[in-house]
Amino acid sequence: MKEINEIQEDIINEFGLFDDWMDKYEYLIDLSRDVPLIDPKFKNNDHLISGCQSKVWLHADYNDGRIYFSADSNALITKGIIALLIRIFSGRTPEEIINTDLYFIDRIGLRQNLSPTRSNGLLAFIKQIRNYAVAYNIKYKKG
Amino acid sequence: MNFDVYKIRKDFPILDRKIYNKPLVYLDNGATTQKPACVIDCINDFHTRRNSSIHRGLHYLSEQATESYEAARKTVQEFINARSSREIIFTSGTTGSINGLALSFGEKYINEGDEILITAMEHHSNIVPWQMLCERKKAVLRVIPFNDEGELLMDEYEKLLNDKTRIVAVIHVSNTLGTVNPVEEIVSKAHQRGIPVLVDGAQSVQHLEVDVQKMDCDFFVFSGHKTYGPTGIGVLYGKEKWLEEMSPFQGGGEMVENVTFEKTTYNEVPFKFEAGTTNYIGAIALAEALKYIDKTGKQSIADHESELLKYATERIGESADIKIYGTAKDKISILSFLINNIHPYDAGMIFDKMGVAVRTGTHCAQPVMNRYNIDGTIRASFALYNTMEEVDTLCRAIEKVRSLLS
Repeated sequence: MKEINEIQEDIINEFGLFDDWMDKYEYLIDLSRDVPLIDPKFKNNDHLISGCQSKVWLHADYNDGRIYFSADSNALITKGIIALLIRIFSGRTPEEIINTDLYFIDRIGLRQNLSPTRSNGLLAFIKQIRNYAVAYNIKYKKG
Repeated sequence: MNFDVYKIRKDFPILDRKIYNKPLVYLDNGATTQKPACVIDCINDFHTRRNSSIHRGLHYLSEQATESYEAARKTVQEFINARSSREIIFTSGTTGSINGLALSFGEKYINEGDEILITAMEHHSNIVPWQMLCERKKAVLRVIPFNDEGELLMDEYEKLLNDKTRIVAVIHVSNTLGTVNPVEEIVSKAHQRGIPVLVDGAQSVQHLEVDVQKMDCDFFVFSGHKTYGPTGIGVLYGKEKWLEEMSPFQGGGEMVENVTFEKTTYNEVPFKFEAGTTNYIGAIALAEALKYIDKTGKQSIADHESELLKYATERIGESADIKIYGTAKDKISILSFLINNIHPYDAGMIFDKMGVAVRTGTHCAQPVMNRYNIDGTIRASFALYNTMEEVDTLCRAIEKVRSLLS
């Protein structure tokens, strides 16, 4: 498995191929199909990360020291960005997730999607990924 | 008067901007309007040469500033045809006006078990202040429903009016559906029972002729920034008899007549409602914006915007995969729609990159979205400077959204 930063570099290179915003969005819309979909039984309010506009659901499974994420969103561009985040974070140890400096979003020009006023739930989504990591870290380190 | 939209556009410096290298197509006027140069210059000039606090100083600048501020009040009075400038209170905006009214009116007239009547198409700013009041006073909020077209059910309205109703608060033009509500009829029905009416004119006063005397509403509120004026300034119109009876909603300087630690007596109307240093530059610049509207011609503006809405509705509505929300017979300036099952957020993102600014989401009117069982809509809202060509660009943007997402 590649290091997290190697994957971030891969993504930056992939997006470097596009000059046009529409191509970036088209790629994100394609990527949205790659999201490991959350089990319908978890697609409820407990797993909902609510922005004002698009909805995002996130679930985490802990297996053998690693966290596996599944998710969904009702907006496809949001879901495409989620696909990238899951590509980076899923299957990692809690420490890896906690220690990640997430820089690729800035570099591919999607930063506006993460501003606190951008109510698409993505900022809260990343926070929730880290929360899972912190929680599992505490739970299994002590145990 | 000869209405030339291309000439008008020259009055608005921001309209020249390019967004992502594409000409800005600004169709988010329901959220805020752009400002003509005369408003921008007025603010700049006031800060540069004329600034001084109003109503306090005896010196030259202060007197001049006070005069401009009171002249602005007069301009607002004339703009909505209030009886007297004493009926015009400057606030921070529509939200500030309604919150202040809910506090002052509520304190004096609302008791346990009383009812406040609103409509199901209110902006949150005409829901939440009344809900907060209901919580404080153990009063009850009742809601007038509307039909699929987005028209209020007037029969239901009449049924909801009763001896416990203390105030009716209605949106004049729905910010989501564009519906022009029959406010004169609403007022007349309420007045038959002696109930006062607040009309929220945030989306109406910039588009159509408002005459508060003809409407006979007891209160009328609107925002400066949606009427080509600056942000942070708004108006609460109230019939003088109510303003005389109601207590101030804020305490502070300027609103008082006499202060001792035992007792304070209040200044007269409207000053008792304007505590502290008001946004006098905002008020003066708002007056400039209203004069601009007057000069352009309210009827010409209404005609132009009506043509824009008609053209947009025809062009956008002709596609089978588009659903328009809000098809009332009497409707202005706002077009809410969805493309197929495409999420409005995705559409908005793609529009943005084409230089097209629209609003997506619930438009601060979640109950309207719940009524239609949708998450949100795409909303194009028109102003006097929009063009048919911009509607064409919007249509091309819709085409792009379709090709990427369908």
